[in-house]
Amino acid sequence: MNKFIEVIAGGLFTTIQDLGRYGYQRYGVPVSGAMDLFSLRIANLLVGNEQYQAGLEITLVGPDLKFVNDNLIAITGGNLSPALDGEPIPMWEATVAQQGSILTFGDIKDGARAYLSVAGGINVEPILGSRSTYTRAKIGGFHGRQLSTGDVLSNSPVPSRIEGRYLPQKFVPQYGHSHKLDVILGPQDNAFTEKGINTLFKSEYEITTQSDRIGYRLTGPKVQHKRGADIISDGIPFGAIQVTGDGLPIILMSDRGTTGGYTKIGTVISSDIAALAQAAPGDIIQFRKTTVNRSLGKLMKEADIIKRVAQLAPSFFSKQHFTVSLDNENYAVETRLSPEAAPSSKRTTIHAKVNGHSFSFNVKVEEQNFT
Amino acid sequence: MPRLTIAPAGDRALAIKVGDTISPEINLTVRNLAIALEKQQIPAVLDIVPAYCSILINYDPLISSLNDLTIKIKELGKAINDSVVESPRTIEIPTVYGGNYGPELSYVAQFNGLTELEVIDIHSSNDYLVYAMGFTPGFTYLGGLSDRIVTPRLQTPRTEIPAGSVGIAEQQTGIYPIESPGGWQLIGRTPVKLFDPTKNPPVIVEPGDYIRFTPISSEEYERIASENNQLEFEQTNQ
Repeated sequence: MNKFIEVIAGGLFTTIQDLGRYGYQRYGVPVSGAMDLFSLRIANLLVGNEQYQAGLEITLVGPDLKFVNDNLIAITGGNLSPALDGEPIPMWEATVAQQGSILTFGDIKDGARAYLSVAGGINVEPILGSRSTYTRAKIGGFHGRQLSTGDVLSNSPVPSRIEGRYLPQKFVPQYGHSHKLDVILGPQDNAFTEKGINTLFKSEYEITTQSDRIGYRLTGPKVQHKRGADIISDGIPFGAIQVTGDGLPIILMSDRGTTGGYTKIGTVISSDIAALAQAAPGDIIQFRKTTVNRSLGKLMKEADIIKRVAQLAPSFFSKQHFTVSLDNENYAVETRLSPEAAPSSKRTTIHAKVNGHSFSFNVKVEEQNFT
Repeated sequence: MPRLTIAPAGDRALAIKVGDTISPEINLTVRNLAIALEKQQIPAVLDIVPAYCSILINYDPLISSLNDLTIKIKELGKAINDSVVESPRTIEIPTVYGGNYGPELSYVAQFNGLTELEVIDIHSSNDYLVYAMGFTPGFTYLGGLSDRIVTPRLQTPRTEIPAGSVGIAEQQTGIYPIESPGGWQLIGRTPVKLFDPTKNPPVIVEPGDYIRFTPISSEEYERIASENNQLEFEQTNQ
């Protein structure tokens, strides 16, 4: 194991998370894992990891981290203005963090949670099959808690690394402060009046400050029950919309209890949970009714993006560096070939940075030599 | 075998309803179905969460559809034979009642018009069925509390309850496996560790087991607790 990060300051709430702890809910152990699974998966793929490896989940106020060695990192999810030694670094792109450099975060530009992956993955002892932190029971992650000053993290050494991989701009999510979430009704939708169900779908709800990794408490019009809010306790899925006796919805998230005794009117579909994980108190939520079949379309689109990032040759997603001579002056050119500039197309647009300025060139492809 | 109702719980989970009452018979079917599902090792199934009278299944819809899984589960349900019962285990939970260990023992006694000794006697003379585990790691949903010691929850929940605390809330009794906030009336505490994430399984009690509370003295409590600590110390220093 390599020491790779020294924590100078832990930030508001920075924890180690992977895709979650499955197989132990029957003993009451919550799943935990990244709130925004899409962003963690992409961060991992960008640095050449497997999707399931552990990264850092960074909440609102980021940590200050010092890199002990050269490392390939990628930051995805919410844009909390990451910078290396004070220089802003791009999101959704693999970047080299030089030995001794310090990663900091700043203003919240979009979203609420950033994900940091490092080539090799963060190496902590898995607990019950997962490296995810569940702070309430002090299990997983770094001693079962959030990171704080003086902690030192390790990663597994990697034989080679792919620099400059990035997620094409058209796939990069924009979160904003208003979120439309698709919901599949049930399993206890019949505990609500028709009026109650209409209220849920026709109203705007605001996320309150009582929101964390366990769940988001919403405020807005009250959802009417037929008789009461109590049920015989049963299992709770990720994204379940629970309505307690006060008629207000709570959306249950990664650290939710495995079971509960309140009615669940519906569940937010998995491909919309990523956006919800990026929502902050004060944001507005609107629910839209959908079906299992329709949700599958969205899920397959998301799976397709993940597959493309995982499978495409690194060169397609990598920055290319050229020197271009123009009127006897040499220019360093950095291009990003989008996946659309595939070898089959004869004409394509290349976006390039020349001496710090961005240009788009229409080029004719005569020879493919992306190495 | 009751008829199973299967409904979506989002796009990555489904809820199997076996019945809608708390009864040992329905719960037995739940457990048998959960075991049968486990044995099938269905690739799409990520987790199986049995409760009192229902099971939640987490699955990957890109591997199997809701329809395919529904058909499979219904077939499995038909094949379950509830007359075959493994003889249940009874797990003894040594418990010190009253004092600092159970600050509400006197309230529970007073509320029910009993003496503290009578409450201890009633609480420790029943065997409690573990219907399910859930909510928090290692927490057991127990059935079988005597009507004579039913007590409402605290008006104001405590912010910190020590691990091992034994309490009563309405018709339920249970043990707090980890330190947590909560509103139960605390009548005692056990030195036994109900949840240990370094072990697999991380629990000593499982659904279908029975729990029996055995009264012990505070000296006995401290002795067992220090043995646990010694054991942990040796394990971490090997």
